[in-house]
Amino acid sequence: MSGPSGGGSQAPFGPMGVMENEPGFNPDRVRVDAVARAARRERRAFGAWWAWLIFILGALYFIVPLLGVFFHSIRTRPDIFLAYRQVFADPAFLRGLGYSFTAGVITVVVSLLIIVPTAYWVRLRVPRLRPLVEFVTLMPFVIPPVVLAFGLIRIYSQGPVRLAATDTGLNVMLIGAYVVLSFPYMYRAVDTGLAAIDVRTLTEAAQSLGSGWTRILARVIFPNLRTSLLSGAFLTLAIVIGEYTIAQVLARTMAFAPYLSLLGRNQPYQPAAVSLISFGLTWLAMILIAFLGRGSRARVQVTGAR
Amino acid sequence: MADAVAVREQGAQLAPPARSRLDWSWLGLVPFFLFCTAFLFLPMAFLVLGSLYDPEGAVTLQNYADLSTGIIPGAFANSIEISVVTAIAGGIFGFLLAASVTVGRLPRVLRTALLTFSGVASNFAGIPLALAFIFTLGTLGFLTTLLQSLGLTGFRGVNLTSKLGVEVVYMYFQFPLMVLIIAPALEGLRREWREAAENMGASAFQYWRYVGLPILTPTILGTMILLFGNAFGAQATAFQLTGGTLPLVTLVISSQIRGDVLHNPDLGYAMAMGMVVIMGISIFLYTLLQRRAERWLRS
Repeated sequence: MSGPSGGGSQAPFGPMGVMENEPGFNPDRVRVDAVARAARRERRAFGAWWAWLIFILGALYFIVPLLGVFFHSIRTRPDIFLAYRQVFADPAFLRGLGYSFTAGVITVVVSLLIIVPTAYWVRLRVPRLRPLVEFVTLMPFVIPPVVLAFGLIRIYSQGPVRLAATDTGLNVMLIGAYVVLSFPYMYRAVDTGLAAIDVRTLTEAAQSLGSGWTRILARVIFPNLRTSLLSGAFLTLAIVIGEYTIAQVLARTMAFAPYLSLLGRNQPYQPAAVSLISFGLTWLAMILIAFLGRGSRARVQVTGAR
Repeated sequence: MADAVAVREQGAQLAPPARSRLDWSWLGLVPFFLFCTAFLFLPMAFLVLGSLYDPEGAVTLQNYADLSTGIIPGAFANSIEISVVTAIAGGIFGFLLAASVTVGRLPRVLRTALLTFSGVASNFAGIPLALAFIFTLGTLGFLTTLLQSLGLTGFRGVNLTSKLGVEVVYMYFQFPLMVLIIAPALEGLRREWREAAENMGASAFQYWRYVGLPILTPTILGTMILLFGNAFGAQATAFQLTGGTLPLVTLVISSQIRGDVLHNPDLGYAMAMGMVVIMGISIFLYTLLQRRAERWLRS
C-alpha cells in the first residue's frame, strides 16, 4: 500500500495530496468528520440498536428451548420434581452416565497416549510425514460414524480377532472408535500446544541431562502441554458422553445417549429432566475448557456433527 | 514462507540417543498407524470393498448405479438442501450475532456470555437437542402452548419431522459455530484499517463494502462450508426428531446397513462413499479458504 515516499502531493497514494486538487474539497472538514465519527463510536458504549435487536433474537433462540425443556420437566403435578426424583432413582440413568463417563475417560487416556508421542515425534524427527499424519487425523471428519461402526462389526465378527463376540470385545471396539473420533481435535490441540513451547530446546536440555525418550515425554512434554491437553480432554469427554450412533450400532444400549433416546420414546417427563441434566454437563465441560484456556489464545474447537 | 518452515523443521532433527546409523525414526509412528489400521483403515477398506460387491459376493458397479434409484436421490437432495439452508442462514445470523458484540459495541459482559453459550450450544447436539425442541415447538410444546394462550390459537407448532423442522433444530448448533469462528476474525480487523478508511472519507457502508467484508470473505465462506458438513453429517438429532420418516443420507445409510425395512448393506456402503466424497470436498475447500483467510488476519 505504501507508495514511494517522495512525499507531499507527488506521492500517488498520498490521500491529501490527491484530494486537494479536487474543487470544493476541504481536507480539514474530512478530518473533523472522521474525528467526530470516531468519538461518536466511542460514546456509543451501550451498543447500536441493531446489535441489541440481533443479540436479543439470538438469546431467545438459545434460551427458549431450554425453557421448554425445563417447564416440561416440572409439569408433573402435584410434585413438580417427580421426574428428577424418578431419574435419580432409576439405576439405568446412573448406569448410563457411569458407563459413558468411564468410556470417555478411557478414550481420553488412550487418545493422549497415542497422540502426544505421535505429534511430538512428527514435529521433532519426521516432519516429512506431517501431511500424512494430519490427513489421517482428519479422516474421521469425513467418515459417517455409522459406517465406521459397521465396518468394525463386520471385520471383528469374523477372522482371527472376534471382538464382536464378547461384551468386553464390543467395549474395546467402542473405545477404539471413540479414540479415532477424538483424533481431529486431539491432534490439533496437542500440535498447537507443541507449537507454543520450544520442543527442540526442551528436548535437548533433557537429553543433555541424561533423560531417555520416555522420561522426556512423561516429565517434560506432558506437563508443558497440560492446558491444551486438558481442553482437548474435556471436549472429548463431552462428545463421548453424548455420542449416540456408534454406541447404538455396537449394541452398547446401556450408554447414556441410547438410554436417553429410548427414554424419550417411552416416558413423558423424565426425558426432559435428563436432557436438562445433560445440557448442564456440557455446560460444565465447556466452562472447564474456558477456565483452563484463559490467558492462552482463544482457539475454536470444531467437532464433528452428531 | 512454507519453505522457511520446512527448513527450520528439517534443522530440528536431533541426534537420537546413540543408535544405529540407519534412519529408524519412522518407527516412532508405528503405534499410531497400528491403531489407525485396526480402528480406521480396516473398516474403511471394508466400506470401499463392500461397495464393489453385490449381496451374492460378485464384483459389480451396480451399487453405484443404484444410487440413482428409490429414495436415495431424494435423500441426497434433502440432506444437501437442509445443509445448504442451515449453512447460509446459520452463517448470516451467526455473523450478525458476532458483529453485534464486536462491531456493535454491546457491553463486554454480553460478549463473554455469547461466546461461552456458543461453545456449549455448538456441542449440544444429538438426542437431548432433539428432545428440547420437541418439548418446545411440538404440538404440546412450551412455545406452542404459550403462543396459543397469547391468542395465536391457529398455531399448532412446527412439524419437526419436516425439512423445515429439522432446519429449525439444526440452527441451534449451526449459528453458534459460526459465532465461535467469526468473532475472533471480526476482532482481528485492525482498528487502523477503519481509521485509514475514515480518514480518506469513507462512510461506514463503504468501509464494510470495500475493506471489512472482502477481508472476511474467505473466513465467512470457509465457515459456511464447515457448517454445511456439520449439518450433512448429523444423524442422531435427525433420527430422534423424525424417527427416520424423513429420508436423509445418514438415516438411509443407517437403515440400509442395519436393515429394518430397507436392507442392502452394499448399497449402504456405496451411499457412504458418496457421503465421504461430499464431506471430503467440503473439508478440502474449507482448508483452502482457511489458508487464504490467514493471509490478512492474525499476521
